[in-house]
Amino acid sequence: MSKRNPYIRKLPMDWWMKQLFYTKYMIREGSSVFVTLYSLILAWGVFRLSQGEVAFNGWLDALQSPFAILLHIIMLILALYHTITWFSLAPKAADLWVKGKKLDEKVIIAAHYCTFVVVTVFCLLIITL
Amino acid sequence: MSELTVEIDILRYRPELDSEPFTQTFEVPYTPELSVLEALQYIKDHLDSSISFRWSCRMAICGSCGMMVNGVPKLGCKVFLRDYYPKKVSLEPLANFPIERDLVVVMDDFIQKLESVKPYIIPGENKCLSEGPYQQTPEQMAKYKQYSMCINCGLCYAACPQYALDKKFTGPAALALLARYNRDSRDNGEAQRMKIVNQEEGVWGCTFVGYCSVVCPKDVDPAAAIQLLKVESSKDYLIGMFKPD
Ligand code: SF4
Ligand code: FES
Repeated sequence: MSKRNPYIRKLPMDWWMKQLFYTKYMIREGSSVFVTLYSLILAWGVFRLSQGEVAFNGWLDALQSPFAILLHIIMLILALYHTITWFSLAPKAADLWVKGKKLDEKVIIAAHYCTFVVVTVFCLLIITL
Repeated sequence: MSELTVEIDILRYRPELDSEPFTQTFEVPYTPELSVLEALQYIKDHLDSSISFRWSCRMAICGSCGMMVNGVPKLGCKVFLRDYYPKKVSLEPLANFPIERDLVVVMDDFIQKLESVKPYIIPGENKCLSEGPYQQTPEQMAKYKQYSMCINCGLCYAACPQYALDKKFTGPAALALLARYNRDSRDNGEAQRMKIVNQEEGVWGCTFVGYCSVVCPKDVDPAAAIQLLKVESSKDYLIGMFKPD
């Protein structure tokens, strides 16, 4: 008679706290909630702009509150975290071959950062000029 | 001469005796060149002959000796006591697999997944023998070589939370194996395999945790294989919208 009786372990609820790699992954995933939140705040601003100057200034004033500033700092940190972690993963989704050799990961990551800087400077110019 | 020793915790499970696994601690003489697998062999030879674990090649090529070493999927023969000394070493059977006995897991599901991706060359037109072999340039081989280095150890499945949460997910090694054949210039089975790729249990079950590629002892980089297949799957979808067949 077979004595087999395979034992199936349960996945603990806090599986993602037990390994730093998983925790970082969860923060990366969670950061998208804050990125979405920021986009909504921004979209709300555009909507208020369409309603005229008073409405838009009201929106600007609301952003001056300590809570709004704190929230923005958190959102900025998480957006940067999201960006950095995705950039470092980007080479895995790129299949670029030059002269029969796979393009070096560093080149792909560097290209992402360059684009990031160029776009940021471009946006800053539009906003400030 | 006082001998240096190291403590090793082993998660044990004897199906005929135990209703659930328990931890047993052993004390093993420490030398820096001792691998975890050799430490297990020491335990089996000198301390407790009932302990079960799998191994064969002792040189990271057969893929039999996968286990959790201090919570991380590793090959027992490729990891050494010196990597942990003087800390305790804890050994558990590979995560996400049912435990057969002690450090031995049931790998049936993993093997079935490997088989499910049509892991063989599907030629387009059968060439006549007189036309000679199917040839391939080094560049054509480079496109898939990395994905052909898998030793079927299952470490990537133990590292994958998506597989842990949903056993239907095809998983890292099987999808890397699928990519290996799709990327082979001699193969013509891509259309058949894309059906497997496009499913929810195919590449879209992956949320790009990326730990599979970290633990892989052969640098197969299954996470990259899957992300590239996602690109292919998206292309397939877009083309299908305009040219349904
Ligand atoms: S892809 Fe790597 S970790 Fe996964 S089974 Fe193959 S060799 Fe092992
Ligand atoms: S014994 Fe073969 S891989 Fe470890």
